[in-house]
Amino acid sequence: MLLDYTSSFHYVMALLPEVVLSCWGMVILIMGVVRKDGGGRGQETGWMAVAGLALAAVANGWLYSGVAEDGASAMIAVDRFRLFANWIFILAAALSIVISLAYVTRQKLQAGEYYSLILFATVGMMVMASARDLMVIFLGLELMSIGVYALVGFNRRDRRSAEAGLKYFLLGAFATGFLLFGIALIYGAAGSTNIQMIASAIGAGTTANQLLVPGVALLAIGFGFKVAAVPFHMWTPDVYEGAPTPVTAFMAAAVKAAAFVAFLRVFVVGLEGVYEQWWPILYWLAAITMVVGNVVALAQSNVKRMLAYSSIAHGGYLLVALVAGNDTAVASLLFYLLVYTIMTIAAFAVVVTVGGQSEGNSRIEDYGGLGWRRPVLGVFMTVFLLSLAGFPGTAGFIAKYQLLLGAAEARLWWLSVVLVLTTVVSYWYYLRVAWYMWMKEGDDTAAAIASSADPPFATHAVLVLSAGLIILGGIFPETVLDLAYGSVEGLRLLVAGASQALVP
Amino acid sequence: MTDFIASIPPLYEDWVLHALLWLPVAGLFHVMAAAQDRAKHIAFSWSGTVFVLSLGLWWSFDPGGGGFAMQSSTPWIESWGVSYALGLDGISVFMVMLTTLTTPIAILGSFEYIKTRRKAFYALMLLLQTGVVGVFLATDIFLFYVFFELTLIPMYFIVGIWGGERRIYAAVKFFLYTAVGSLLMLVAILYIYFSSGSGSFSYEAFLGADLTMREQLWLFAAFALAFGIKVPIFPLHTWLPDAHVEAPTPGSVILASLLLKMGTYGFLRFLLPFFPGAAQHPTVVAVMLALGVAGIIYAAWVAAVQPDAKKLVAYTSVAHMGFVVIGVFAMTVNGLQGGLVVMISHGISTGALFLLLGMMYERRHTRRIEDFGGIGRVAPFFATAFVITALASIGLPGTSGFIGEFLALIGTFETHAVTAIIAATGVIFAAYYMLPMVQRVLFNKLEKPENRTFADLSRRECVVLGPLVALMIWIGVHPAPFLRRMEPSVQVVLERVEEARTALFDGAPDPGAGLALSPAGEEE
Repeated sequence: MLLDYTSSFHYVMALLPEVVLSCWGMVILIMGVVRKDGGGRGQETGWMAVAGLALAAVANGWLYSGVAEDGASAMIAVDRFRLFANWIFILAAALSIVISLAYVTRQKLQAGEYYSLILFATVGMMVMASARDLMVIFLGLELMSIGVYALVGFNRRDRRSAEAGLKYFLLGAFATGFLLFGIALIYGAAGSTNIQMIASAIGAGTTANQLLVPGVALLAIGFGFKVAAVPFHMWTPDVYEGAPTPVTAFMAAAVKAAAFVAFLRVFVVGLEGVYEQWWPILYWLAAITMVVGNVVALAQSNVKRMLAYSSIAHGGYLLVALVAGNDTAVASLLFYLLVYTIMTIAAFAVVVTVGGQSEGNSRIEDYGGLGWRRPVLGVFMTVFLLSLAGFPGTAGFIAKYQLLLGAAEARLWWLSVVLVLTTVVSYWYYLRVAWYMWMKEGDDTAAAIASSADPPFATHAVLVLSAGLIILGGIFPETVLDLAYGSVEGLRLLVAGASQALVP
Repeated sequence: MTDFIASIPPLYEDWVLHALLWLPVAGLFHVMAAAQDRAKHIAFSWSGTVFVLSLGLWWSFDPGGGGFAMQSSTPWIESWGVSYALGLDGISVFMVMLTTLTTPIAILGSFEYIKTRRKAFYALMLLLQTGVVGVFLATDIFLFYVFFELTLIPMYFIVGIWGGERRIYAAVKFFLYTAVGSLLMLVAILYIYFSSGSGSFSYEAFLGADLTMREQLWLFAAFALAFGIKVPIFPLHTWLPDAHVEAPTPGSVILASLLLKMGTYGFLRFLLPFFPGAAQHPTVVAVMLALGVAGIIYAAWVAAVQPDAKKLVAYTSVAHMGFVVIGVFAMTVNGLQGGLVVMISHGISTGALFLLLGMMYERRHTRRIEDFGGIGRVAPFFATAFVITALASIGLPGTSGFIGEFLALIGTFETHAVTAIIAATGVIFAAYYMLPMVQRVLFNKLEKPENRTFADLSRRECVVLGPLVALMIWIGVHPAPFLRRMEPSVQVVLERVEEARTALFDGAPDPGAGLALSPAGEEE
């Protein structure tokens, strides 16, 4: 199909995955009201939500393979960069929902609202990935954030969850203010909120730099908060620890991915002309984030909190790709986000399983001897941890390697050295979980926890699928790597078309 | 024999390297599917099969011009120029055969030692074998790196799960030490990859990279750190005694015989050929030789005062590896060949020593030297094997240790006489720490009643030690077949070094004059 945007119908077509998912979210919401929870009802609602995600994935695939544009739209991109990112969001949402199924029933949460919030937040992420205009990014960001604020505080009976929700909301709103102010300043400098118009204004040298530079800095702060870059990471550990664990998994994977995708499009495409101004900011953000994230993770004795800091550290690695900004780095960001999504959600799936009814069993001691008592959980968790650590044989290694390749191509040697040395630091805390699982016998509490940590079928399926993908991706990464490389092509190219569409 | 092996259908040389690499993985799955008490037999059969297959290499490997034989290359990750490329030359053939020999012996030696969680243990041993064989066979740098790192995981679990009291500390220390070096090497690998501009990770492409002296020195430092930790070169050796003492017997055997060799193999395979200029930089040579000698002397003195026999043997590894380092950095044919023979000899004799100590521990549940005495009277076969092994470790003429250390010292003497003389005292010190231990364990009075019932070697233990003892004597008496096979490949390495020497130093009166970088950055 050829999109020429003469009618608004073509816009709907270009946004098909978002449209499908929004409608489906409403259906789920109604299902939640009409069919009272109880028994297996909540689970059915969850599977329905997964079906909606599958439909959205099909729509996304249709856009990927069967659609051409006759001149680009100024507002939304139909490039492969966005579509690849969409797959990451859909996968993250689907995996999060599947590991939530038993959890939602167990904690007696309202299934309809819970699943539809995840779907709406996913729509917000997709909008962020597709945006070619700062205002659209903002819309997407808000749609995503509001959904996630609610999800974090969803378990009202749990004080920690409520506290985390409030904390996230207040700090998030604050950061959004920064972002909005940054957008306003850039609008003042460049005369447009369209990413391509901004890029051409900078290229033509018609921007007011006294507005542009603070605007860029404020944007960096706003995005820095969303990707949990140090020093804007303070909310992360508390929120990740307090939120319901499946929601934490969803946040750590998908919210971070969405923020990075938008971050990249704005900075690498829109603000390419002022690369000299912004790269030192991101360079130091990346270095500090890697160091602080990894070093503080060393001190954590709570696995959930440790994974929160580890996700900060991974944010630092991804910032390296942003600083590098070349095609390899962009492809590596996409590939890394995909792999990171799988391994993080899978690791959290184990945490959900071990966590039990109270969600209290996330001390590292609770994992003592788990490997021998629950070999399946132990082996899978070890695979996920090794992949998070970036060990050869896992997809995590390939992803980290590609990041390094991008950084090396940009000659960022010192940043590469920081990356690998902090990786060594990360080995310690990832291996610590492994040594508790395999090398300690564990006390009676740990034994009791292990005996009740029986993953339900759905979680089991997620574990098997993730471990399979991680090992397969570590040994035969070619197909997905090529897909990621192929998804870079459109990023800069099609935007050039947008300016022709805009300039009269 | 050569013709016969070459005629094994479809063609021995085409499939043998892949079989050596992947059969242990097949065995791993077989072990996982089997019952606990069958695991050891299955693991032994698989690794034994691999050994038998590898025997053909002895005849079918043709040293030729010193390049890689039996090469094969299949694209693996094409967008990065990574391929699954294997090859064998006069350096790696012995390392591969040492691996295929040591693994079944270590497995057989662990039959009585490993009593818990046997399936997991033997699965990890087989995984370890694949990793080590892969390190020695890979001719693609990316592939090499993957295997180099892959060996860490099984070793980490072997030490951490089946080790002694402080096993977790030892396992983590081993892991982190090695990881620091190898990850910095990864950055250096990427640097060469982009400098060569060939878009390929093949060994040849890396040889073709055109590096300035300054670049070479930095990259040399990164590679030397990675391999130096693994060797281990003094003062990076502190992980080794911990890991050895805490590891279960088969773990110690593999660690000493094979994993340490990955470091010195890296010197020969990558360090010298990739950075021939930096490797000849006078300061670099001086530092490396000094560290080699320091390792020999220091480790000998520390070994002499160890009350724990296993720790003593662990320190002797550091001393032996010191001989390899000086042999390599002497950069003469004798030095390199001597280094290689020390590697083989150390693999055999130290492996055997760890097996013997393991047998002592199984019988008496102690490793303290003072708890033994007079064992020779109650266990004559055990004592014979112990004495021969200890003498080979010291380097007595007629044993493999002598050939290696003698060649390494001659080679060093040709270019660095003083170093060689100081290092030669290390051989005396070796007698000084090893012989008293032998005497206190085997000969002194049989005072302790527990030692009266010390059982002699069982049939299984004879099978474990027999081949090793035979090899020690064979190499000691008739090393020519070994030297003949390794010489062409050693020559290739040296030619590359020579080339760089002429390019760098010709016409310059002072070799150091043209070199830009202050040597401060090379030993980190």
